[in-house]
Amino acid sequence: MTFVENLTLFVLSAFIGYEVITKIPTNLHTPLMSGANAISGITLLGSVVVAGQGETTLATALGFLAVVMATINVVGGYLVSHFMLSEFSQGGR
Amino acid sequence: MAGILAQQLPEQALQFAYLVSGIMFIQGLRDMTHPRTATRGNLISSGGMFLAVAVTILWFEILTPAILAAGLLIGGVVGAYLAVAVETTEMPQLVGLFNGFGGGASAVVAGAELVDVLAGSGDLGVGLTASAAIAAIIGSVTFSGSFVASGKLHGIVGESPVSTNVGHALKVTFLGVALVAGAVLVVQPSLFGGVPTAEWVPVYWVIVAAALLLGIFLVVPIGGADMPVVISLLNSYSGLAAATTGFVLNNTVLIIAGTLVGAAGMILTIIMCESMNRSLANVFFGGLGGDDTAEEMEDIYEGQITETSPEEVTMLLETAERVVIVPGYGMAVAQAQHAVAELVDLLEDSGVDVEFGIHPVAGRMPGHMNALLAEADVPYDKMRELEEVNPTFSQTDLVIVTGANDVVNPRANEDDDSPIAGMPILNVEDARHVVVNKRSLSPGFSGIANPLFARDNTSMLFGDAKASMQSLVNEYKESNS
Repeated sequence: MTFVENLTLFVLSAFIGYEVITKIPTNLHTPLMSGANAISGITLLGSVVVAGQGETTLATALGFLAVVMATINVVGGYLVSHFMLSEFSQGGR
Repeated sequence: MAGILAQQLPEQALQFAYLVSGIMFIQGLRDMTHPRTATRGNLISSGGMFLAVAVTILWFEILTPAILAAGLLIGGVVGAYLAVAVETTEMPQLVGLFNGFGGGASAVVAGAELVDVLAGSGDLGVGLTASAAIAAIIGSVTFSGSFVASGKLHGIVGESPVSTNVGHALKVTFLGVALVAGAVLVVQPSLFGGVPTAEWVPVYWVIVAAALLLGIFLVVPIGGADMPVVISLLNSYSGLAAATTGFVLNNTVLIIAGTLVGAAGMILTIIMCESMNRSLANVFFGGLGGDDTAEEMEDIYEGQITETSPEEVTMLLETAERVVIVPGYGMAVAQAQHAVAELVDLLEDSGVDVEFGIHPVAGRMPGHMNALLAEADVPYDKMRELEEVNPTFSQTDLVIVTGANDVVNPRANEDDDSPIAGMPILNVEDARHVVVNKRSLSPGFSGIANPLFARDNTSMLFGDAKASMQSLVNEYKESNS
């Protein structure tokens, strides 16, 4: 992957994000925020690779720290969104 | 360098799995456009995350599975514990906290990758170092800034806005140090004949340290009521940090997912700023300086304030055909949402048309009021946005404002010099009667008096939101039994 290919992906994703997210109603902005927050924990992928195959002790230690932080973000974020959204579906009786 | 999957499948299989997970993130967000499908959307999105993580673990050779498993286990348990244990009212600070962890992870991973590459091939390209420097700055600012924001929302860090020249100077200094250190990291490989040595990596940690301090000094001066803007912006940053880490690691799904989050946070930030008629720069550097003195407030309020009681409000409710409730942060602080929801149920049963008028910046995070009311089982079609509800006030018999102040202050429309000039407000004074439930006449976040309280059709119901709403419920029940 070259830098330009990465950049292409970045720009196209930004447009998709704009189109999708502007359609989300105010009602759901809090769960949107915590859900998006959980998605930003995707950095866990990088952490996993670095923690698992760190070539130095320092890299492994840093990778471990990153895995812990990113997993808190992912698991906590999705759970909180889920709890909030299940309240919304009850409220929408 | 190959795990179980990589030995059996072609190289493209990993990229394909990442594509599928990227699509699942997008579809998950698309489902968030309606409350009925939103729960499914969240599940699809978490499925995408699970797929991406599982494939990554199985694809790459894991030299130290115990360390990886321990990290996942600790993070998973802590995250799940926090999500289950924390009350709905503490949701804003929890979301802020999670956000900080995501940003911090991005900064640390980019650093670890640099350490790794140096120990291995030692080939630090400009693309790699530049992306790493950006990930370090954004990720570290997100980490420390989110923790401060979370502390403010939790009441550990002072909520009041402070704007000082020393503070501005410190921000500029730390940003400067981070940028210079970033430039050194990028330029240094070519300067030294393209043979960088391990001793250069500490520059990366200088960036991280400066950016951490920058995050603290950026958020500390910002007032509590501006936290919806800060939290959305930091949310955007944590996404951008992940996307930049994707550039460092050449990982497609990191770029896709990170950018989606970056866009989501940025859009929410813009909505919040527009709802206050303020620029992002004003929120971050200006501070909101209301300066009404006690005498000025006295001038406005003197002899004009009508105090009311739950009994009198109940009489108004008895004759009302349409009631609008305007909630604010005071409702969240007092946890009055259940009492409010009970009152709405009672009124509905008597055939009264009841709706909520919700200002975009009411509360401490985007959609905060909606989330609280949903928790109290209020149907979402009763929650109206500002543009929808404003034209209906002239046909409304009674508006009950509970725990809100600046978002119903008519000076936003009338007084060009007030700090809230031009901010779109809920025009509750158009209704026949307005009851404002507040603990005292003290000003809101803007620090200015609210002439609404002195209007002829306004009466004040002094008291804590929960206690007041509960006594309304009791009075109304009694008079209808």
